[in-house]
Amino acid sequence: MTTLLDVRGMTKAYPGVLACDGIAFDIREGEIHALLGENGAGKSTLVKMIYGLVRPDSGEMRLGGTLFAPPEPRAALADGVAMVFQHFSLFEALTVAENIALGMDDPPNAATLVKRIRDVSTSYGLAVDPDRIVGDLSAGERQRVEIVRCLLQSPRILIMDEPTSVLTPQEVALLFRTLKTLAAEGTSILYISHKLEEIRILCDRATILRNGQVVATCIPAGETARSLAAMMVGSGLAVPEKHRAKPGETLLEISGLSMRSMSPFGTRLKDITFSLRAGEVLGIAGVAGNGQDELLLALSGEERSPPGTIMLASRDVGPLGPSARRYLGLLAAPEQRLGHAAAPDMSLSENALITAAVRRRLVRRGWSGLIDWPATDRYAHEVITAFDVRTPGVTNAAKSLSGGNLQKFVIGREILQDPRVLVVNQPTWGVDAAAAAAIRIALIELAEQGTGVLVISQDLDELMEISDSFSVIAGGRLTAPQPTRGATVEDIGLLMGSTGASDAAA
Amino acid sequence: MLRLEPRPEPSRRMLALTPFAAVLLTMLAGGFLFASLGTNPLDAIRVFFWDPLFDSTVASYTRPQLLVKAAPLIIIALGLSFGFRAGIWNIGAEGQFIMGAIVGGSAGLAVYPAEGVWVFPMMVAAGALGGLLWAMIPAILKIRFNANEILVSLMLVYVAFNILAGLVTGRLRDPDGFNWPESRNFQAYPSAHNAELFAGTGVHVGVIVMAVLVLLCHLVLRNHIFGFHVRLAGQSRQAARFAGINPHVLTALCLGLSGAFAGLAGLFELAGPAGKLSTNFPLGYGFTAIIVAFLGRLHPIGILLAGLLMALTYIGGELAQFMLNVPAAAVQVFQGMLLFFLLAVDFLVNYRIRVRLRPPEDTGAAPGTETRGDTVNGPGPGKSGEEPA
Amino acid sequence: MIDLAGLSPAALVASLMVAATPIMLAAIGELVVEKSGVLNLGVEGMMIIGAVCGFVAAVETGSPVVGLCAAIAGGMLLALIFAVLTQVLLSNQVATGLALTLFGLGLAAMMGQSYAGIKPPPTPRLDVPVLSDLPGLGPILFSHDGVLYLSIAVVFGVWLFLRQSRAGLVLRATGENHDAAHALGYKVVRIRIAAILFGGAMAGLGGAYLSLIRVPQWTEGMTAGAGWIALAIVVFAAWKPWRILIGAYLFGGVTMLQLNLQAIGVGIGVAYLSMAPYIVTILVLVIMSADRRRASLNAPACLGRAFHAST
Repeated sequence: MTTLLDVRGMTKAYPGVLACDGIAFDIREGEIHALLGENGAGKSTLVKMIYGLVRPDSGEMRLGGTLFAPPEPRAALADGVAMVFQHFSLFEALTVAENIALGMDDPPNAATLVKRIRDVSTSYGLAVDPDRIVGDLSAGERQRVEIVRCLLQSPRILIMDEPTSVLTPQEVALLFRTLKTLAAEGTSILYISHKLEEIRILCDRATILRNGQVVATCIPAGETARSLAAMMVGSGLAVPEKHRAKPGETLLEISGLSMRSMSPFGTRLKDITFSLRAGEVLGIAGVAGNGQDELLLALSGEERSPPGTIMLASRDVGPLGPSARRYLGLLAAPEQRLGHAAAPDMSLSENALITAAVRRRLVRRGWSGLIDWPATDRYAHEVITAFDVRTPGVTNAAKSLSGGNLQKFVIGREILQDPRVLVVNQPTWGVDAAAAAAIRIALIELAEQGTGVLVISQDLDELMEISDSFSVIAGGRLTAPQPTRGATVEDIGLLMGSTGASDAAA
Repeated sequence: MLRLEPRPEPSRRMLALTPFAAVLLTMLAGGFLFASLGTNPLDAIRVFFWDPLFDSTVASYTRPQLLVKAAPLIIIALGLSFGFRAGIWNIGAEGQFIMGAIVGGSAGLAVYPAEGVWVFPMMVAAGALGGLLWAMIPAILKIRFNANEILVSLMLVYVAFNILAGLVTGRLRDPDGFNWPESRNFQAYPSAHNAELFAGTGVHVGVIVMAVLVLLCHLVLRNHIFGFHVRLAGQSRQAARFAGINPHVLTALCLGLSGAFAGLAGLFELAGPAGKLSTNFPLGYGFTAIIVAFLGRLHPIGILLAGLLMALTYIGGELAQFMLNVPAAAVQVFQGMLLFFLLAVDFLVNYRIRVRLRPPEDTGAAPGTETRGDTVNGPGPGKSGEEPA
Repeated sequence: MIDLAGLSPAALVASLMVAATPIMLAAIGELVVEKSGVLNLGVEGMMIIGAVCGFVAAVETGSPVVGLCAAIAGGMLLALIFAVLTQVLLSNQVATGLALTLFGLGLAAMMGQSYAGIKPPPTPRLDVPVLSDLPGLGPILFSHDGVLYLSIAVVFGVWLFLRQSRAGLVLRATGENHDAAHALGYKVVRIRIAAILFGGAMAGLGGAYLSLIRVPQWTEGMTAGAGWIALAIVVFAAWKPWRILIGAYLFGGVTMLQLNLQAIGVGIGVAYLSMAPYIVTILVLVIMSADRRRASLNAPACLGRAFHAST
């Protein structure tokens, strides 16, 4: 096989960080090449340079032997480099056909385009309806739209950025079949991931990045997941000790909770029913956009629910707002860190006040409503120390923290309030491995102290690791919880598929 | 090649320095403007900014005017600043100012010619109530029907003005006057007159109330949970909801507060410097106060300084009109430019300029943005990343 | 009893079309701006600058066409300030729009102070051949000035542009998701600046229509909230061009009805009748916004949000 893309000495620095440090590797024609590394290893910056979104400080690339330095994505596309983004670059209010037309340099007229979309989708098994509004599609369908968009340009290299994080295991299998067909036809694929198993199954070669540098190049089929992990992480990580639950009394009881979403393309919750006991970790698996955000809003109290649907220790909290629920011990940490869990430009002290005002009595009692700033500073400091949040101090703005540090702060802020029930949504999304492990350990310890912990996560390995029982949310419906012990990732995947993710946007 | 690079933290130094930069730039641009009108720019700047305070012939008259003009601007701007911080845009303060004067004035006229110490406080209360109720119209329409408060509050300015026009030719017309479209003069009604308290200072009750409100607002913004909620809501609606803030309550409080403040200012103006209701009563304080609020960084102390500066431009403008034949509207142009320049230099708070030697623009992402959803909306005096509707 | 016989329906329809035109022009311009994801609250300022620039240029040259061109240029110039501040220096769009209005009102007053009370050169009527001779409808619909027809053509043109053209699709995409548009290689900032300039041109033209054709005279603050009403009409129209037409004519109708009622004297004070357009605007906003879900579906998703390429 001949070399198609040759990357030499690519370097990119940002203030304070060297994101890519002299990266060199090559992709051959018709090869599926993995780029493996944990969050922050430099994968995204590297592919953005290949795709023309970021200009390198130094280094050069050759595509098919000629110098390749795309000043913008359009130029990369014209040279045959296409990319499917991790967070889809789609327009929700537009149709599939309009979205695809936007991704093409010189789209044909509407009728021809629709026909070509149908052709491509049948020949690669990518079912998409050109006339549907993208906002109504599930995550898997959206990804297919992105892939079709790329394929219509007949690319020489297709870049896939963490493509499986939003898919059910069955959809993953389908995607892999498509990618292998493409590779067999001669298209090279640059496959970015931190999931070891799928790289072992799919990829011909792998380049492993750590701290902006290439640490190894290998043939993943010849490696074990453990050896790949060792190369990716570099040092051993603490693995949470799974506790044996001694479930106590029922703390949280959800029965027949149905709610429509306030956002136009949100998911309606349908008849959600489950209960959570003291000391139990209940995991909720599911593909993004199937009602997880809505469930968190319903539990945190940001959206009120009908009386009797949410009971906390036999007390009806459905009509109560977030503050009243916190007072009673029902705490939550939403998925989006900046802008939901934390205010970006506010200091860590002020961010501590956001949720801890009630339980930690940071506002003086009575009518005065004056804030006890010294106590607030102390509490923020307590969180920083207890959860090893790396920051110069409590006056620093939330947005100055890295994703992992901010997430530790956000979770720590809730845990130190001694909750009776804690609900977390995607607790380790986009967090580096060390912080993720620390967060998982903290959640397990919290449960051991008798708190009921509800973990909503897309990361099935994470749920297998920390939850005592799990259920699956799909299309706004929740399956009955079942014990994690004895279950496999494939079992959960089957549940995720069978509940019908396609009516997600109903 | 210059490019903007987001700062990890908003710069406090720039936050304080940029208003001064804006004032300097405005003086510079204003100089050009005056030069183009055929006036010596240095003369103009002197007449605008120096003479009202220090010129031996006019200062004795103009200096007290400073507080008279600044007090309503500052009171209104203080009220607006809470809403602006929270991303609730009441731009109809002019209407609330008028309604405060109408309701408060009517209360006084209703008991005319009764004398007593209770008359003036009653008028003040009625004035605040009038502004508050007028501001509750956009608040209720926003809460109940999701109607845009910017447009509703602004439309209500025109409605309020027409009510005023209708009343001064109708029920509120001075029965002892010569059929002029204006009300009785409160300066001739001792119990209702908001008179100068210390001769030659311009200090009336409104000025004292203004000073108290500056301190009170400062305290609330810094140390009260309401102030915190306002600031939080301005950063992120979603984070505010998560903190347990009811957006409807916040909307009502912010609009109500700014309405009441504007109404207060209207009443003090009516019962004092203006004296009577007429179609000439509204002077645009409600709109200029928007500039004052931004120039003062939505911070009470800043608003105090900005209000004084803006009052100076009013007085200086009158002086320039009289002495240099500069058109009256030049003041408004001046004030508009001030806001433009402030907004123009504002990016320095959240961004820094980086000089790159290599020409092509860079569209790169900072490391760590591999995480999703960690995007921050743009900067601005209001710090209100407008959220998608 | 109100004497309604004094109202001639034919004259009313003809005059409401005239009354609607400035608002329609400004609103269709703002619609394009908002479709690109930018909220420009400076419409009132751009309109009044257009009104004064058009008036001054027309009086000085004696040519209404030069006046209209000057108005377009004036509106665009003011819009350019907005574009630089919001798109390059990333200032807050709400505050900048307000500044534009305050500045525009002041600047216009200064520019026009020596032009009060002058009559501008008349703009010729453009009788549509044959059609204008139709009995009844002819004089109502087909005997107006050229700008009025132009305004209807612009609404149709914008509809066609947004629906059929690729550039229109790109513009809509920019307003829906600027990050995605950027990732696909579209120049978000350039597209938005172009849209803002178009909005300025239309607002300027609308302003000049007021001072040169509708009134025709220059008085300080003569737009009297027309720019704000135009903003409300965009909401009313749910960001659909053809509904701008309906909205503007509805407001034109209210305005003319109110003026006619004043003329024949219905026993309600002039001041109270003058409120009608503003109150109708509020009512329309309330009705159109009441369904939150639908309102948020119609509005461009990135409306009013600043874009910086480093996300």
